[in-house]
Amino acid sequence: MTALNEELKRKIIDVLNLEDITPTDIKDDEALFDEGLGLDSIDALELIVLMDKDYGIKLTDPKLGKSIFQSIETMVAYISENRTK
Amino acid sequence: MTTQGVWRPDFFSEAREIDQAITTADQPSYKGLASPAAIRRMSRGMKMGMYAAQQALGETAVTVPDAIITGTGLGCSEDSDKFLRSMWENDEQFLTPTSFIQSTHNTVAAQIALQLSCKGYNVTHVNGASSFESALLDTLLLLTSGEHKNVLLGGIDEIAEQTYAFLQAAGYIKASGLRETVKNSLSPGVNYAEGAQFFSMGVDQTETSYGEVVDVALQNELDIPEAGSFLQDFLTTNDIQPTAIDAVILGYNGDENDDLFYNALQQELPLTTPLYYKHLSGQFDSCSAFGLAAAAFILKYQTIPPVLYWNEKNPAKTTWKNILIYNHYRGKDHTLVLVRTC
Amino acid sequence: MSSGSIAVTGIGLISSIGSTVEENLQAIVAGKHGLSRVVNFPTRLREHIWVGEIKRSNDQLSDNLDLLRPHAFTRTGLLGAFAARQALKSANINDVNQLRTGFISSTSVGGMDYTERYGSTYLTSSEWHRYIPSHPAGDSSHKIAKYLGIKGFVTTVSTACSSAANAIMMGARLIHAGRLDRVIVGGADALSKFTINGFHSLLILSDEPCQPFDKQRKGLNLGEGAAYLVLESQKSVKQGSKNVLAYLTGYGNANDAFHQTASSDDGEGAFLAMKKALAVAQLRPQEIDYVNVHGTATPNNDLSEGRAMQRIFKNEIPSFSSTKPFTGHTLAAAGAIEAVYSILALQQNLVFPNLHFNTPMEEFDMIPQTTIQYRSASHVLSNSFGFGGNCSSLIFSKA
Repeated sequence: MTALNEELKRKIIDVLNLEDITPTDIKDDEALFDEGLGLDSIDALELIVLMDKDYGIKLTDPKLGKSIFQSIETMVAYISENRTK
Repeated sequence: MTTQGVWRPDFFSEAREIDQAITTADQPSYKGLASPAAIRRMSRGMKMGMYAAQQALGETAVTVPDAIITGTGLGCSEDSDKFLRSMWENDEQFLTPTSFIQSTHNTVAAQIALQLSCKGYNVTHVNGASSFESALLDTLLLLTSGEHKNVLLGGIDEIAEQTYAFLQAAGYIKASGLRETVKNSLSPGVNYAEGAQFFSMGVDQTETSYGEVVDVALQNELDIPEAGSFLQDFLTTNDIQPTAIDAVILGYNGDENDDLFYNALQQELPLTTPLYYKHLSGQFDSCSAFGLAAAAFILKYQTIPPVLYWNEKNPAKTTWKNILIYNHYRGKDHTLVLVRTC
Repeated sequence: MSSGSIAVTGIGLISSIGSTVEENLQAIVAGKHGLSRVVNFPTRLREHIWVGEIKRSNDQLSDNLDLLRPHAFTRTGLLGAFAARQALKSANINDVNQLRTGFISSTSVGGMDYTERYGSTYLTSSEWHRYIPSHPAGDSSHKIAKYLGIKGFVTTVSTACSSAANAIMMGARLIHAGRLDRVIVGGADALSKFTINGFHSLLILSDEPCQPFDKQRKGLNLGEGAAYLVLESQKSVKQGSKNVLAYLTGYGNANDAFHQTASSDDGEGAFLAMKKALAVAQLRPQEIDYVNVHGTATPNNDLSEGRAMQRIFKNEIPSFSSTKPFTGHTLAAAGAIEAVYSILALQQNLVFPNLHFNTPMEEFDMIPQTTIQYRSASHVLSNSFGFGGNCSSLIFSKA
């Protein structure tokens, strides 16, 4: 697990208030939405703000979020490539 | 869901008197109340409301009510506070929608509808101290017009740190650190608390019925001398003599000016046993729902828990048929509710 | 009209397109919208959004109402008092307590505009403490009732963006039950940083003027305003020889029970609300001449509402339009403002245009009325939907 993966999982658990879940419970390639971790559209909006606030990445189109927020892996890849802070 | 814990048969015998400025409601475990995904976002008010709603429905055969009607004075203050603070702290940046969505006053009623898949009438009334009675009136309208057979009715208000701090700064809530009760209150302001009270209301009497709500009246403002005519008009409308009122549940809260209204009304009912409850519930906009719960308890068990007696005027009655509930706050939002055995 | 109908005898309205009912009508007929950048208060979102803002300051509104300063009216209360006063005048009511008269208002913002402005000082200075009790939603109703001199039944409804429609419904039911002779019903909401940032965080604000029912729609524009109707019983109308502007013949509220904010794909809640309203009015869907749709121009609302209309009206969808491109979405006030517009449609025999519509949606071939249409209308349906799946429909019929 890379440092960014670990950091991102902690942040997600924190902002989405995922009680009883630890970073090790979230697999890197597991789906974050629906059948995976079970996140929903409101969570997606929270993640968009997380990307902006913590990594300086602005996503204005919620549809774009869908492919980026597939899993921890896809998020980490996108953050690594586009982060401004 | 109250400062006295959850509703149960020994609710009043185990009750403790409130003697501090702000008292939180005892929170039970909310595990299993809703899906973990839904519950993680919920504020106390939402959880308390859903818990109390489930408990009320649990006492009846109703699984999905025809309508859900709630009353709340301050709504979902916790989420409202959170969004506001975040807006101040980050200067309108990095705002997330969850607390905004949940700051809406009808959040609890909507969440219960979502949980129960209840597609019926769903309205939230928000009018200070008469929020709950507005919801109760709405319930009566639905049931007496024959539109609906049963309604889930609730009153919810939650403590939110910032909102309560503001109310304290404005002198509405007593200063922190004081140990005053309703009866020995000397300082200005009132002891505040929070709670969620739900009732399953139906047109038909069932084995589990506590009693019948006959009528409710609301009045935005009154002067103390007008309290008597407000009462008389209500009794006349309902064709009942003052002497037929066995007990009157008064909203005494320890505020000198507020309590003058309750004294005035009590004088109009010299033969009626006066009761009070805010020493147990604390003050909050929908706290009069606690008064209705107390009335329901008395009607069902035909006994008055000693902790509710306002004074020594407690004649040895054996039956309690008609009970009146009178509430107001700061001279506004006066309400009368008449309940009786069924 | 059947004896059970509720008469509308007065209307009052203030929005970004006018400070009177007449001004609103003229603006709509002229196709003149009220959208602009936010100017009444500073916000970071200024250049990113369009709003239907009323270009009168709180002091101007206060002076117009002859209020003695200092007072603790928030903007919601000021706008509400401004519109409610007109409604009483329009109904020729001089002594408001002559009959059993109630007041049912609605708001979602309440006094948040002052809390967000001064709240951060409340714990360190008492300068603005008079606004602390102005925060709760019920406070503006009390202030407006007091301003109008109403002593009696006063209450407030808050169900997000369907609030005013539910306040109107509650008033009608109180008259039906014989508890009131007449009642002033409606709603008021002021623009605030809180709400514009809230809707912005949901990514449903458009950076352009909104385009309801258009394929390219990008979201909504917020607005502010207030509107009130005077509802009277048939008996009260007869006794006072009152001029009836229209009848409120149908109403219904239902819950979508689908999602905290989003509407269901098939518009179940909206479908049920319209169905209930038609049943109360004892009308067949084909008898509706015009639908003033909720039409916020969010991708989700318009699709869901359109589907619900298809389910109700089948292949015969009546003329419909959203008036939100004129006023912006005025939240709790929207149901009342659009109720007044529905009544104007009946009185003036016209269907309002749905501005900025260019391209039909892919999902269905529903095309709103894009130009002003003069036609006789007997029954108008008005939709208002809010967060928490709250769906309400009202039907007004020609007097």
